[in-house]
Amino acid sequence: MKKFSTLRTMSASLAQGDFSSVELIQDHIAHIHNEDAHLNSFITLSAEAALEQAAAADKLRASGDTRPTLGLPFAHKDIFCTNGVLTTAGSKMLSNFVAPYDATVVSNMAAAGMVCIGKTNMDEFAMGSSNETSYFGSVSNPWDTQRVPGGSSGGSAAAVAAGLVAGATGTDTGGSIRQPASLCGITGLKPTYGRISRYGMIAFASSLDQAGPMTRDAEDAALMLSVMAGFDPKDSTSAQRDDAWLGKMATDGIAELDQPLTIGLPEEYFQAGEHMHAIEAAKAELEKLGHTLKSVSLPHTQAAVPVYYVLASAEASTNLSRYDGVRFGHRCDSPQSLQDLYERSREEGFGQEVKRRILTGTYTLSVGYFDAYYLKAQKIRRLIAEDFNNAFAGVDLLLAPTAPTPAFNKNQLTDDPVAMYQQDLYTVPSSLAGLPAISIPCGFSQGMPMGMQLIAPAFREDLPLALAAQFQRHTDWHLRHPGEEL
Amino acid sequence: MSQETPETSATAQDSIDVAHLAGLARLALSDKASAEVAADLQSIMAMIDAMRAVDTDGVQPLSHPLDAAVRLRSDVVTESPDPQHFQRHAPATADQYYLVPRVVE
Repeated sequence: MKKFSTLRTMSASLAQGDFSSVELIQDHIAHIHNEDAHLNSFITLSAEAALEQAAAADKLRASGDTRPTLGLPFAHKDIFCTNGVLTTAGSKMLSNFVAPYDATVVSNMAAAGMVCIGKTNMDEFAMGSSNETSYFGSVSNPWDTQRVPGGSSGGSAAAVAAGLVAGATGTDTGGSIRQPASLCGITGLKPTYGRISRYGMIAFASSLDQAGPMTRDAEDAALMLSVMAGFDPKDSTSAQRDDAWLGKMATDGIAELDQPLTIGLPEEYFQAGEHMHAIEAAKAELEKLGHTLKSVSLPHTQAAVPVYYVLASAEASTNLSRYDGVRFGHRCDSPQSLQDLYERSREEGFGQEVKRRILTGTYTLSVGYFDAYYLKAQKIRRLIAEDFNNAFAGVDLLLAPTAPTPAFNKNQLTDDPVAMYQQDLYTVPSSLAGLPAISIPCGFSQGMPMGMQLIAPAFREDLPLALAAQFQRHTDWHLRHPGEEL
Repeated sequence: MSQETPETSATAQDSIDVAHLAGLARLALSDKASAEVAADLQSIMAMIDAMRAVDTDGVQPLSHPLDAAVRLRSDVVTESPDPQHFQRHAPATADQYYLVPRVVE
């Protein structure tokens, strides 16, 4: 199997009998053994279980099963509960936690015959933009191992970029799929809030968290989305949808757009900067393809990062109160009292960034501050959502940069949380509005990949997927990989 | 005796009582960690205070991103979890109870 193959290519080769799923998985595991030592993109490898699942997939194929996802290898971000497999969320708190059940995303992918070969590294509890907050060590960007892969789904992004897997799951609360996809030069889709079940996905900020695929191209993103998505009665915010395009994209591939689109350029996202030339070139390419570009305004953009850090931290401080050293997770030695048990277990189990967010959330939710911060932020959240609604009255979707910079050096921003939070500038507004957005590679800056973002109205992932697929049929940015001449 | 740190916010944050917050959040913080966190929280809150400039008069708060109602379900048993299965992960149990340090002397 050629390295940097896509899931679709592997699927075709499996169907033709070029190799078996067992051979494919063995090949992947050997690559990871050889190459992940300097990347640290995996926390857990489940070689034995993967080979068993692959053998079962080969057996099904021999008996006539032709599903396109059967026997395809992928990796899960270590935020999804996997029955009987270590599930850490990148935290010391859960460093001993073997999940007792499967997340819905995990069971959906297993039911489609996909083979999970391991669990990828991530920022602790998905809080970070550089994968440097992981208890299991930072992840290196495969394009330049001195630099970060982005976060929080940094392990998934690095593993896909390095060709260790063609697809991995990620989660995105304020940009955690799209920003690492941009920094590692891969394709990352954050679907509409509610599209994919959150059941068994370790919670950070429940009104924002959304899982999605991280892949080499839009075709594979559509394939993985079709498997991950679906209504789940176990998640009270799961959306009941019946979008025929979703299954069709999986079986037939992404169809050509039947007409040109009107693409909005939010003026607040296009500040002059040295990293903008890749986006400018992408704009020209889209015009060449017949699309119309039009300036739009999202006037509350500047408030999005503050609003996000109020809401996400408040929800995190609530969600993470469950880690108390009593029922599961880390417990301190020789607790002197129940209070001591809680306080020391949490002090020892959580890292610095997680504590910062818990305390920020505790502050904004505390007596006397609730209206000034939490309620105020919820009101601005509505204004931000209305900005998007107004823009979509005149355009089909929006084009914007994904991240303000290419991948930065390790330790460059770790001492300045506020500077780190600015990495989320272009991704949090659509998260607050619950909208789908994809990041795809569109060029390079400082020798590092840069991504562009396509944001669509709720439940219209078909639009950014179709436009991304068209762009990728006419450009080769998504085919570049680390180690080649740029 | 203690050195004054420069004010990080133009809106002059009330100084944040980290020890009180850590107590509410059930986090045992050392003095050194508290001092570091206090400085971080001051700059985070200064960043957050920028949102106060937005006029939100008459705007309804949005708690669900798509403004959808949370679905209700019938109050019926759908699963019967096995306590032993889930308690395998507990640091200390006895007779299906979770053990913690004695609360009542």
